[in-house]
Amino acid sequence: MTNMKRRTFLKGSVAAGAVGAAMGAGLLTPRIVLAAWPTAAFEAKSVDSALDALEGSHALVGSDKISIRAPDIAENGAVVPVSVTSDIPDIESMSIIAEKNAAPLTASFNLGKGAEGFVSTRIKMGKTSSVIAVVKAGGKLYSTGKEVKVTIGGCGG
Amino acid sequence: MASIKIRAKLSDGVTTVKALIQHPMETGQRKDKKTGKLIPAHFIQEVTCEHSGTNVMTALWGPAVSKNPYLSFKFKGAKVGDSLKLSWVDNKGESDSTETQVS
Repeated sequence: MTNMKRRTFLKGSVAAGAVGAAMGAGLLTPRIVLAAWPTAAFEAKSVDSALDALEGSHALVGSDKISIRAPDIAENGAVVPVSVTSDIPDIESMSIIAEKNAAPLTASFNLGKGAEGFVSTRIKMGKTSSVIAVVKAGGKLYSTGKEVKVTIGGCGG
Repeated sequence: MASIKIRAKLSDGVTTVKALIQHPMETGQRKDKKTGKLIPAHFIQEVTCEHSGTNVMTALWGPAVSKNPYLSFKFKGAKVGDSLKLSWVDNKGESDSTETQVS
């Protein structure tokens, strides 16, 4: 990293730290308000009920315009990298579901204006199961799945 | 609290954002090995990214997102030098945010 970039980075992190301290002291009202974290969806014990809670329906249309990049075999179920790419037009959200997890919905990404159909993160998987990507576009739910084998489960216990 | 490392790179009109957040992402199902008690759930619930004051992406996470979560997404419409802000809030009400520039 060049010196200039390092200085900007450091300046940025000091500023972020100051904001954090100010927020902690209650001086700033957090502009980030948790509108409504979908508790029911994240606690749902089945894929269908999670989708019902999150999207109001579990009717999925299989699509070949969604691709999931995830390992065929995940050695560590605590950290399974999953990327979902889709070129379906006008995507509103992309969700990642680990079918056999105790609570299958792991993450949902609401895409704003200009956002591309691509999300990537790492999830915990309790055991070998299908990773299902659900893309909401034009009011419909499209999906595809990929089997990921897990050798050591990642949910603890 | 500098919990977020972030890079935003512009290429062919698309900005790719990669972020790494330091957070325990406890599921609430793990037991403390010494006391045998359950470690309470402590995980990021929402991550938002703003570009020029407009929300580009909101991620809703459950406890099944891995510890020290990685996140990447892409969007169009930014220029080099534009400011991006990434923020997270967890189930305990703790939060952090950082700003970076598109490069």
